[in-house]
Formats: sequence, C-alpha cells, structure tokens
Amino acid sequence: MAEEYRLEMENVSKSFPGVKALDGIHLKVRPGTVHALMGENGAGKSTLMKCLFGIYKMDTGSVKIDGQPVVINNPDEALHLGLAMVHQELQPIPERSISENMYLGRYPLTKIGPFQVVDHKKMNEEAEKWLRDVKMNFDPRAKLGTLSIGQMQSVEIAKAVSMNAKLIILDEPTSSLTDNEVEALFRIINDLRDRGVSMIYISHKMAEIRQIADDITIMRDGTYVGTWRVEDITDEGIVKNMVGRELTNVYPPKDDYRTDEVVLEVKDLCSIHDRSFQNCSFQLRRGEILGFGGLVGAQRTELMEAIFGMRNIRSGEVRIKGQKVEIHKPDDAIKNGIGMITEDRRGTGILGVLSIADNVGISSLRNYTNGFMLDLGKIENVVQENVKKLSIKTPSSKTQIQSLSGGNQQKVIIARWLANNPDILIMDEPTRGIDVGAKYEIYQIMIDLVKSGKSIIMISSEMPELLGMSNRIIVMCAGHVTGDLESRDATQETVMQYATQFNQ
Amino acid sequence: MKKKITLQDILINYGIIIVLVLLVVFTGIMRPTFFTWRNISSIMLNVAPRFIIALGVSGCLITKGTDLSAGRAVGLAACISGTLLQKADYSGRFALTSGLPNFGSWWVLIVLLISMAVCAIFGLINGVVISYLNVPAFIGTLGMQLIVYGICLVYTNATPIGGYRNDYTGVATGKLFDLLPYLFIIAVIVGIAFWFLYNMTPHGKYMYAIGGNPQAAEVSGVNVKKTLIAIYVLAAMMYALAGFLLGAKAGGSSVNMGQGYELEAIAACTIGGVSVNGGVGRVTGVLVGVLVFELLKSALQFLGVETNYQYIVQGFVIIVSIALDIRKYIQKK
Repeated sequence: MAEEYRLEMENVSKSFPGVKALDGIHLKVRPGTVHALMGENGAGKSTLMKCLFGIYKMDTGSVKIDGQPVVINNPDEALHLGLAMVHQELQPIPERSISENMYLGRYPLTKIGPFQVVDHKKMNEEAEKWLRDVKMNFDPRAKLGTLSIGQMQSVEIAKAVSMNAKLIILDEPTSSLTDNEVEALFRIINDLRDRGVSMIYISHKMAEIRQIADDITIMRDGTYVGTWRVEDITDEGIVKNMVGRELTNVYPPKDDYRTDEVVLEVKDLCSIHDRSFQNCSFQLRRGEILGFGGLVGAQRTELMEAIFGMRNIRSGEVRIKGQKVEIHKPDDAIKNGIGMITEDRRGTGILGVLSIADNVGISSLRNYTNGFMLDLGKIENVVQENVKKLSIKTPSSKTQIQSLSGGNQQKVIIARWLANNPDILIMDEPTRGIDVGAKYEIYQIMIDLVKSGKSIIMISSEMPELLGMSNRIIVMCAGHVTGDLESRDATQETVMQYATQFNQ
Repeated sequence: MKKKITLQDILINYGIIIVLVLLVVFTGIMRPTFFTWRNISSIMLNVAPRFIIALGVSGCLITKGTDLSAGRAVGLAACISGTLLQKADYSGRFALTSGLPNFGSWWVLIVLLISMAVCAIFGLINGVVISYLNVPAFIGTLGMQLIVYGICLVYTNATPIGGYRNDYTGVATGKLFDLLPYLFIIAVIVGIAFWFLYNMTPHGKYMYAIGGNPQAAEVSGVNVKKTLIAIYVLAAMMYALAGFLLGAKAGGSSVNMGQGYELEAIAACTIGGVSVNGGVGRVTGVLVGVLVFELLKSALQFLGVETNYQYIVQGFVIIVSIALDIRKYIQKK
C-alpha cells in the first residue's frame, strides 16, 4: 500500500430530484491530520458529510475506514465506526447537565434492586475525566446552558473523544467563537492531532486553514476540484479553485436604470450582538439593484432584518430619502416604503394554511378599507392582476399557498409586496430552491421594478446571480462591509477575496 | 389538480358529525318526543349562549391560543348582572347593591355594559400577558380562570342570587311576535357580527394570518400584539354577554354558573372545524359544533343515559374530534 488513509471516500455521487448535488467526489484523510474541506455555499460539503454519516444514501461511491470498506446507514453506525461530528449549529439540551448531554442515549446504568437506573456518579466521573482530557475544567454537573458556545463545542469534542472517535468532523467550528475561544479550540485540535485523531475541518476562513490544516480538498458545484498539501497552494489558488466556473447567461437583458437620488442610507449600523453586524454603512439609489455578497455567516440577513425592524440595533441610523427614520418593527418599515422577502420562506414568509388571496393581501389591507370594512372585490382584483402578471400557477386564488411549488410560493410573496407597492424591496435569497424557469421570471420582475423607479436590495449567495443581476455589489464578511464594487468591475474572484478577507 | 375524495377523507373530515347525526336520528326514532317543537326550541335556547361563548373562544383558538377563563368569566358576569338587577321588593337582596334605587328598564342595558366592561378588563389582562409577556395562553388563562373565580367568590360571598326584575328575565324568556325568542335573535345578531368581523375586516384577516404563521404575519406588517389583545378583550365581552343572558334565562345565578363552559366551547369549536393548529375556523363551523354538542347532550338525556355517564360520552367525543382534526394535518406531510 502506497499510503494509508484514515478515511477514503471515492467517487461519491448523490442526486436529488432535479439536481446533481454530488458528482464523483473524492476525499482522503490521512491519520493524525487536519483536512480542510472547502467550497462556496452550496458546493456540496454538507451533503458529502451527510452521505458519510448515512443521513443521505449515496447513489454511487465507496467509503473505507482504515482501509476497510464500510457501509454506513445511519449516524449511529458512524459513531460505532469512530466517526463523530461537531455540528455547525449545536443541538444540545441546555437545561440538563454537561454530563447528561455527553452521555445522552448511552447513560451508564446500575441496578437498585430490580430497577435499572442511571449511574450518575459514574457518569459525572467519566465526563469530568474526558473534559480534563481536552483541557476543560468544568463541573460536569453544571447545566450545559451556562457555558458559552465555544465551551459547548469543547464539550461536544470531549464527547466525541469519549466515544473513541478516530475521525472528528468540525463543521464551521469557529463561526460564532471569539478570538480567545478559537485559540482554545485550536489547542484542542492540535492536541488531538498529536494523538493520532484525524479531523475534517469545514471552513471558509483562509487564515484558519493556513494555521490549522495539513491538507485541503476543494469542491465546486458538487464536483471534485482537487486535493493539495496546504503548503503547496496559495490563497489565490484556493479562491480560484473554489469559484472557477463560467458564468452562464441565464439573466434577462437589462439597462442601468439608476438615478442619483439616494433612497436609503444606512450609517454605522451595529447589532446588539457583538458577533453580528457592526458599523455597516451603505447607500441605495433609486432604480438600483444592490447586491449583497458574502459567505454564510457574513451577517447579511441579520443586517437586512435589522433595517426592516425584525432585529434590534445598538447604534447607527437609517435614512430614507434623507429623512432619519425610527424602525422598531416591520410595520414601521412598511410605513416607510420598505418591503422584505425573507430568506426563510416557510418560517417567515408564507401563511401556510391561508389562501393565495389572503397571502397576497395581508400587507396592504389598510389600503383597501374604508376604516372598518374591507373592499373584498378590490382585493380580489389586485390578487388576480398579480397572479396573472407573475404567472402564478394555481387552480384559483382560494387555493392554500402551501399546496403550491416553491417557485410559485415565492411569486405569491413577491405579489404580496407588489400589492403593497414599496419604494424599496429587500429580497433575501430570492431564488433559493426555485427551478430555473421560475428564476428567470423572478429576475424579469426585478428588472421591471427598477425600471419603474423602485429600488432593490438583493442578498444572494449564488455568485452568478449576484454578478448577473446587481448594478453594484456590497460584500460582507463576518459582520462588516468589506467591499463595495460596481458589478461591471467585479469578478467572482474579487468578490470572494472580499468575502474571505478577515484581517481588515 | 382535483383530488379524488376518498371515504377516508370523508370520515376524517366529517366523522364525528356523521356519528352524531346518526345518534340524533336514532334518538328521534326511539323517543318520538325528541323531535317536538318544544324540545327543539329548548335546544335552541341552550345553543344561543353557548354559541356566543364559543365565538369568543374561536378567535383565541384560531390564533393558536385558548381561553380557559371563559367559563368563570361567564359566571362572574351572571353574578354581577344578577346583583344589580334584583327586584326592589325582593327580601333576599344582595347586601352590597340593596341600596340601589329602582331604575327604569334602561338600567338592564347599562348593567349588561357594566358586566361587559368588567370582563373586558380581564380579557385585556389575558391579552397583555399572552402577547407582551409571552406566557402560553393555556397557562395564562388558566391562572385567570382561578383569579376570576376568586373574585366572584369574594364579591358574592358564595351566596346564590335570585329575585330578578321581570324586565331582566324577560330578555331571555321573551319572544318577538310571540314566536322568536329574543335569546335566539341575539345569538343570530352576534353570529352575523362575527362573520362580518372574521371575513370582511382587516382584524379578521390579521387574526387568520397570526394563526397561520405569526412570524410571517409580523413581517407582513401585522401588529400581532395589538390584534391578540383585541381578540381576548372581545372574547371576554362575549362571555359577559353570555353570562348576562344565562342569568336571565335561569332567573338566578351562583358562583358555579358557567363552570366548565370553556371546555364545552373549545370542544364545540374543534368539532366545528376550528383547527387547534391555528389559522383555520369559520363562524358557521362554530355554530355547527355547538349545535352538535347540544344535540348530543339532549339525545343522551332522551335515551335515558344517566347524567354521570353523559360526561364520559362528552369527554370521549372531545378526544375523538380533536384526534380526527389532527389527522387532517398529519396526512399532508
């Protein structure tokens, strides 16, 4: 054998209806190394890990652990084979003790008479031992919820170690950590590596990769790009390999409809949370499509939700057409002529059990009332007009919105705001989970809007969409605005550079 | 697009109503007196106040809440109305209000408004606790149930109240053109008002939106807190109206009046298709639910089922109807 690997995934492919999520991916992790897995949002990193843990069943491909072929059908089997995952979003039970969280589902048992009971003494002792093992001196009896996110992550790692994990997957482990916590985490990682544990480290942060990783595998659009020793590849090389795709022409032709009038000005907006957006400033002009680029965790959504009154700000101001406005709730924003299509269509967009008509009308009812009674006929006209204009495919306007496809649901939400007629429309990932045909129609609607003198802010994590639709692009990274460029001057590489620029 | 309606769909959607219709038909055959005008009008008079209570509760249910203080609020309103509307020459007059002069008939209306205002205060507290303090409606209104009962006990000192003025009892016993009971007419008017509110006003649309998805409603500019408070205040005012009418109908009241009515109302709403998952519910459905529930009670009585067993059957109907309601949503996954 030329070289031994802890984990070998070969030629892994996975399709979902209509999408090829993974296409011939290879991932080979050497024992006692940290292997960085990189790629843009949607490159398929999480899907690959889910295939590894048996959450998704791979269509083709093989997995070997320490040279032995294995088939993993569920996360439990993965655990028994020595694979553990520390999730991007931890799912602990904060109201229970640290040790209970560590031994969830595998509590040490003892017998009192005929009854099997949890052996708390043994559990706490064991937990304490493993925590010390990763240099953490917590009382295992303390509630997990009293720890910081970083500390919880350490507990998760201790849990993985306690299960004799040979390979630990760390999915964006530093995305919500402070610098000190990152340092502590890296000490743990280095220590584990010295003991022969392998780790897959999923992250976008270039500096961290340099600091901690031995090898790097890059994925792009569900395909395998290559694997390098970290010292053999430059930062520019990484970025180039992550984005290196051709822009395809799926965007309707458009002119520049921008005027000089500034309709929205955001100055030094700071979130109440230190780790969220800070000191963000930008301007939006009439007739402009302003794109917001960045990686997951750049806090673009949080910034927009704050402008729309869904989140609290500590300081900074928002001006609309030069006037300072106070926005504390969405209704305030709407009264100031702002509309918002949220990223989470299910969570904050659709009114699932309600009809299309009710979903369209909800934001603009006050325009159709004589103070007390609604003019239902007028509302129905507006609904019909928009259903036709946006070619929403539905049997009738009485149909429940949740029975429509994602693309049609999104068009109904757009119709809601067209009915409300805002001057500024914020669209957060407007085409996520929508098929190509519907995408094109949504782009056309956006162009029609700016043509008629409206302004649009579009958050997009799809690089081609960002470059293809925006007049100007603002790039955010870790809560800060790091770039502001005319889209004709922007390339995927420049945007990615700003999006990964951490030491400003 | 048209889905085939299967027998299973029909059973899930209308199962409980089908069973109850069969029960009613069966009762009618076994006990011919069941379908006499006398019995039907007695059922109608029972339905009227319960329909008003259920309409109040329906708004809470549609917004994924509930109101467990409904029954006790009914009792408090009945007691307040009773103590203020006793005959001047009645020997057992309520001490606190015995000094009141013998006002004219307009006083009956004023007392109704007083009862509604008092209950509205408790509804307001319910609404504020639920919307601003984020207390789950189940817990918040459970607490309010005890508070209202306690206040009623303190106020009446647990003494039964009777000897009502004729113009008060006349509200419940009187008939328009000697044919249509006032009680019936009032319930119809309230029903129409609610239908109008739910279907024709922004408030109604906001209510359904909050029930459908409170976050999305907020993002769409709905003032969720204000709407919720309005719903609970309006509900409490309906309990007051119902309590006022029930007192008039019974010709007396005590602290135990209205006990358990909130559960009957919730059950009736659910039987009538108001979804406990929120966002769904119609005034006509509420009417059907109350009607079905009262028919069930009457049918059991006519069949000679002992009162104690009637409770068991009613409880069973509630559980089955909610279990069926939930099925509608599980299927869709």
